[in-house]
Amino acid sequence: MEALIVTLSTPAVGALLLALVSNVTAAGWLNLMLSGLSLGGSVALALGVLSAGPLTRHGFHIDAFNVYLVVLTTLVGFTTSIFSRPYMLHVCAQRKISQRHMRLYHSMYQVFMLTLLLALTIDNLGGLWVAVEGATLATVLLVSLYRTPEAVEAAWKYFILCGVGIAQALFGTVLIYFAAQHALPDPSQGLTWTVLHTHCESLHPTVMAIAFVFLLVGYGTKVGLVPLHNWLPDAHSEGPTPMSAVLSGLLLNVALYAVVRLKMLTDGALAGSDDPHMAGHLMMGFGLVSFLVASLFLHRQRDIKRMFSYSSIEHMGLMTFAFGIGGPLATFGALLHMLVHSLTKSAIFITVGHAAHIAGTQTIDRIRGLIRTQPSVGWGLLIGGVAIAGFPPFGIFTSEFLVLVATMQRWPWLSVALLVGLGVAFAGLFRHLHPMVYGAKPEGQEPVPANMIPVAVHLGLVLWLGIASPAFLSHWLDQATQLIAGSGLL
Amino acid sequence: MLQLSLTEQIVSVLSAVVLFSSFALLAQVRLVAAVHAFAWQGALVAAVTALMATVGSEPHLYFSAVLTLGLKALLIPWMLHRLIRRLALDRHVETIPYPALVILFGAGLVLFSYWVVLPIERLGFAATRNVIALTLAVVLLGLLMMVVRRQVVSQVIGFMSMENGLFLAAVAATKGMPMVVELGVAFDVLVAAVLFGVFFLQIRESIDSLDVDRLNRLTEAETE
Repeated sequence: MEALIVTLSTPAVGALLLALVSNVTAAGWLNLMLSGLSLGGSVALALGVLSAGPLTRHGFHIDAFNVYLVVLTTLVGFTTSIFSRPYMLHVCAQRKISQRHMRLYHSMYQVFMLTLLLALTIDNLGGLWVAVEGATLATVLLVSLYRTPEAVEAAWKYFILCGVGIAQALFGTVLIYFAAQHALPDPSQGLTWTVLHTHCESLHPTVMAIAFVFLLVGYGTKVGLVPLHNWLPDAHSEGPTPMSAVLSGLLLNVALYAVVRLKMLTDGALAGSDDPHMAGHLMMGFGLVSFLVASLFLHRQRDIKRMFSYSSIEHMGLMTFAFGIGGPLATFGALLHMLVHSLTKSAIFITVGHAAHIAGTQTIDRIRGLIRTQPSVGWGLLIGGVAIAGFPPFGIFTSEFLVLVATMQRWPWLSVALLVGLGVAFAGLFRHLHPMVYGAKPEGQEPVPANMIPVAVHLGLVLWLGIASPAFLSHWLDQATQLIAGSGLL
Repeated sequence: MLQLSLTEQIVSVLSAVVLFSSFALLAQVRLVAAVHAFAWQGALVAAVTALMATVGSEPHLYFSAVLTLGLKALLIPWMLHRLIRRLALDRHVETIPYPALVILFGAGLVLFSYWVVLPIERLGFAATRNVIALTLAVVLLGLLMMVVRRQVVSQVIGFMSMENGLFLAAVAATKGMPMVVELGVAFDVLVAAVLFGVFFLQIRESIDSLDVDRLNRLTEAETE
C-alpha cells in the first residue's frame, strides 16, 4: 500500500511543485527526479503484488494486469522526462515558448502521469472515466503549446473529438450502474469493478451489451480506432515531441486497458445469452479496420510525426483485434504487444524529436542523411523503424507472431488480411524511412545535442524481449492472461 | 398499461422538456439566446435532481442538485455570456444550412434512441423506461448540434448540453452516481469549460475568426 501511495502522490505533489518553479533548468531536473521516484514506487508495488497477490483496498485494485501497465507507464514517463529536459531547453533557446509556458508544460506533464496512474489503479468505473477525461484535459493545452495556427487547430480537434467520445463512455458507465442496481446485493457498489466482476453473470445482458457499445466508442476514440482516429495524427504532429512519446506510448494503452476491463464484465454478463462473444466481435471489427486503414495511410504521409502516429493507430488496431479474438494465446500476444509497442514507439518519437531538430523541420522530404550527420540519431531511427515494422529479433515480431498464430487457429481467413496489412505497413514505413536515414547530407546540417540513452534502453529491452523473454516477465504476463482470458498460456 | 406514480409522471414530463430545450438549442441561431436556452436546460436537470432527492429521500442528491444548478445553470452560462461579450459576438447570427432538415434529422434521432432502448424497456423497470431514451436523445442531439454548427461557441454549447443529458441519465435512471464520481465529473466539466474559454481566445488569435470551417490546415489531402 505504501508503494502505491508513493507512486500516486509523487506526481500529485510534483504537479503543484512544478507549477511554482520558474527556472527552466531546475524544473527539468525536478521533473526527472519526480518521475524516477514514481518509477521506484511502482516497481516496489509490482514486487509486492507479484509475491502477495492482488491488492484491493481503499478504492484501488491492483492485479497482475494493471500492475504491469503501471510499471510500464512510470518507466516510459521516466525515460521521456530524461529526453524532455534537454529537448525542451533547446525549444526554449529557440524562443518558441516562454518561461510561463514551460511551467505549464512541466506541471501538466506530472498531472498527465497522475491521471494515467489513477485510471490504471482505481477500482471504480466512474473514477476511471474521470481520470481518462482528466488525461485529455491535462494534455490539451500541451498540444497547443507552440501557439501556431496548426497547433491550436490540432488541440481543438483533440479536445472536441475526445470530449465527445468520452461523453459516450460516460453514458455507457451510467448504463452499467443502471444494470448493477438490479443485480448487486449492495447497489451503491455498482461502479466498483471488483464487485461487478464477481457478480457479472447476474448483470442484465441486454443492458450490458448496449453499454459496451457506448463504452467501446467512447474509450475507442482515445485508443485511436478508425473512424474515430482523426484527432490522433494532428495532436501527435503539432504538440511538443515528449508529449507525442507519452501520448502514443501511454495514453492509448490506458484507453485500451479500460476497454479490456469493460469487455471482461460484458463477457461475463453475456455468457448465457445468444451472442456471448458480441464484445469480442465488435473489438475485432474495429481493430482490423483500424489496422488496415492506418497501414494504407502510412504511405501518403508528409510529416514524420504524423507518419509514426498512423503507425500507432495500426498497432493499437492490432491489439484491439487480438483482445477481441480472446483466448489465452491472443491475449498473451496482445499484452506483450502493448508492452513492446509502448517501448518502441516512445523510443521512436524521442529519436524523431532529435531528427526534427537536426533538419529544422518535420517534413519527411526535407529530412535527409541522418546517419551522415549524426550517426546515433540515424541508427536510432533505423533500428526503431526495423523494430516497429515487426522484424525479428525484436519483441514486436514475437507478439505479432503470437497474434497471427492465434488468428490462424480461430479465424484462418482473417490471417490473410493481417499479413497483407503487415506487408503494406512495412512498405509504407520503409519507403519514407530509407531516404531519411541514408541519402546525402544537406549543406550546413549540423548535429544537435542529443541524449540517446532512453532510446538505447527502450530498444535494448525490446530486443531482449524478442530474443529471450525473462521467466519472471512471462510468468507475470501469464497471470494477466489468466485474469482476462480465464486460463493461462504457460 | 402500466400506471405511473405522480413523481414518475413529473420526471418524465421534465425530461421531455429537457429534450425540447435541446431542440431549441439546435434551432437557435442567436448565440446569446442559445446560452439562455442552455441555462434553462441546466435548471431543468437540477429540478429533476431535486425532485428525485425529495422522493427517494436521498440526501446526497440535494447536493448534486445544487451543484448542477450552480454549475450548469449559472456559472457556465455566465462564463459563456462574458466571453460572447468580450469577443463581441452579441449580435452574431449564425446560418445553419438546411434548418428544417436538421430538425427532422433530430426527430429521427429521438426515434432511434427509443429503438435502442427498446430491449431495456421490455424489462419493465417501469420508473425509468422513458428517461433513458430521452436522455440518450439529448446526448445525440448535442452531438448533432456540434456537427451542424460551424461556430466555436455553439459547438461548446452542444458539448455542454450532451453533458446535461448524461447528468440527467445518471440522476433519473440510477438515483445518481456515487458522490465521489459525481464530484469528479463536475470538476472535469468545470475544467473543460475554463479550457474552452482559453481556446476561444487562442483560436481567434490564430485564425482571426471563430468559424471552425477555417480550421482546415491539417488534412490528409495533398496540398501545397
